[in-house]
Amino acid sequence: MLEFEDIQHILVTRVPALTGRYEFLSFRNAAGGRAWLADIVEKVQSAAEVRASVEREHRWVTVAFTWNGLRALGVDEISLATFPEEFKHGMVARAEILGDTGANHPDNWVGGLASPDLHTIVVLFARDVTERGRCQAEHAKLIARCTGVEVLSSLDLEATPPFGYAHDHFGYRDRLSQPVIEGTGEEPTPGSGAPLKAGEFILGYPDEDGLPANLPKPEVLSRNGSYMAYRRLQQHVGAFRAFLRQHGQTREEQELVAAKLMGRWRSGAPLTLAPDGDDPELGADPQRNNDFNYKQMDPHGYAVPLGAHIRRMNPRDTAVNMNRRRMIRRGATYGPQLPEDTPEDGLERGIAAFVICASLIRQFEFAQNVWANDRNFHELGNERDPIIGNQDGTLEFKIPRRPIRRKLTGLPAFTTVRGGAYFFLPGIKALRYLAALGDAHGTECDSVKAQES
Amino acid sequence: MADSPKQDDWTKPAAMAIPKEGFFKLEQGRYGPIFPKTPACHGFSIIAKVKPGREQAVREYGKNIEEAVKGDPYVLAPLRLHYLRWVLFDVGSGLHFQYQGIFDTDFDKYLEDAVALFVKTGITTVFVNLEGWPEDWKTNVSAVITFFREHQCPSFLEYGEYPYVSADEIKKALQLKAAFSNMLDQMQ
Repeated sequence: MLEFEDIQHILVTRVPALTGRYEFLSFRNAAGGRAWLADIVEKVQSAAEVRASVEREHRWVTVAFTWNGLRALGVDEISLATFPEEFKHGMVARAEILGDTGANHPDNWVGGLASPDLHTIVVLFARDVTERGRCQAEHAKLIARCTGVEVLSSLDLEATPPFGYAHDHFGYRDRLSQPVIEGTGEEPTPGSGAPLKAGEFILGYPDEDGLPANLPKPEVLSRNGSYMAYRRLQQHVGAFRAFLRQHGQTREEQELVAAKLMGRWRSGAPLTLAPDGDDPELGADPQRNNDFNYKQMDPHGYAVPLGAHIRRMNPRDTAVNMNRRRMIRRGATYGPQLPEDTPEDGLERGIAAFVICASLIRQFEFAQNVWANDRNFHELGNERDPIIGNQDGTLEFKIPRRPIRRKLTGLPAFTTVRGGAYFFLPGIKALRYLAALGDAHGTECDSVKAQES
Repeated sequence: MADSPKQDDWTKPAAMAIPKEGFFKLEQGRYGPIFPKTPACHGFSIIAKVKPGREQAVREYGKNIEEAVKGDPYVLAPLRLHYLRWVLFDVGSGLHFQYQGIFDTDFDKYLEDAVALFVKTGITTVFVNLEGWPEDWKTNVSAVITFFREHQCPSFLEYGEYPYVSADEIKKALQLKAAFSNMLDQMQ
């Protein structure tokens, strides 16, 4: 039985937010950090709360910590040592494994995300800009009252039109393939596979292989927790559109190139089910838009090229132990939309997303290292993921076709990693446990409680 | 990151001398340094001491693996193997076990899949007869991976008569040959 009242809502629910804000904090003072946490924990909703109240709520708060952040709050060394190596190292130290080299290297990251001083992230999702502004002001007041809590940076998230469905700045419909956790009562959409054991995403439960060993100690800290890999991915919309124009004479040809790179038409319609032309109705229909496999339906990649983004990030029936590699994705777009037929304006826009999983090394790092960035994935020889892989202009993208394939060479980088971090996402009880560490609770923060936000 | 694909001519046999560490340039994989692709593709040589009195148990396992592959010829396919060799030897320092494989994927990349497969096929049960094998191997994949990493002895020289060719490419070439022969037969 999943303890929904203890699990942070972001793990199991998607909220109806059109805006959001991430704030990245540093604790210069452990007691100040705990005082901040003791206050904000009251606003962090559990999965149970959000399920009961999502229709009337206007904002949703999530809190997570880096390994350095747990130490800064006063977690002892014995406990810190029980966390997995990759989390202890942090995303910066794992850069080479993740493909964060060249332009993606942490030296080029923004917002202090590559700094060891990054301790915590507060994720705010809000229904509208007014609510976001109100929460932002309340949070600023809280921080001002807590000694040594410093904002390293923040990022505002905005959905872009059309608002009827989730999509990225390239125009691809998003959120089409999400794993379902067993015990949540959710029904997977056709083609999404059976619900997965909770332990694949939430610590303290059996995973697809049984009960996992070596969870962080003490149990109160790890139970109902998870890990979040944060990625701030800039999207080069101008370069992307120029590439489509370069490789397609007509609008239809350009749309086909876009579809081949992704494996889906921008409407969301999968190429396996709509190989010759877009079918927006199919793309918008959750009962049909994820209902396909590769081994039987498209073994050679005549529909979805072997190196296409969705085939790399979810190889479905062509990967072994697929159930041990699934990830929950959350997040939103940031930056202004670049209207069609407008030249690149140089403004940063992209996706700021979280990959949530029980094992960063087995799930997130594997996907980055092997699926996205292995040049020889599926024996492709000289390719990486065309959307999120590390591209330096020397690689190619092969589109299987009869009688002979089409090869696009000199792929530019359509995205650049601008920041990232590994966070531990504690359960609600664990947040309270962290807030109560030491005996300084309440002394480093003005005793006037923040107005409920 | 993967090595850049070798464009070397498969018709020209090649040898590669390898530094003591097992790699030329330190490149981090998820579980440790990445070993390079050589003219003999990827591979490993796991060498460990056999626990006293366990020789027969290890030898008997040969039969189990033979049966497993007979039952499902594709059971080891996820390992992308060319060849496996299992050897027991004693050169005066006690009985040792060597598990040597030649395959087409990087040692680091699919370690979890390999361990899962070893557990499924019972290959792991032969390892319980080796010194240093983690007691909690059934639930502790990272300890198993550490064992393989610690007992891997990198080659100092590897040679390929048809260098860098993958098992898939070889199979495709043989299929093409068979299809071509068949086509010629049909034309008689």
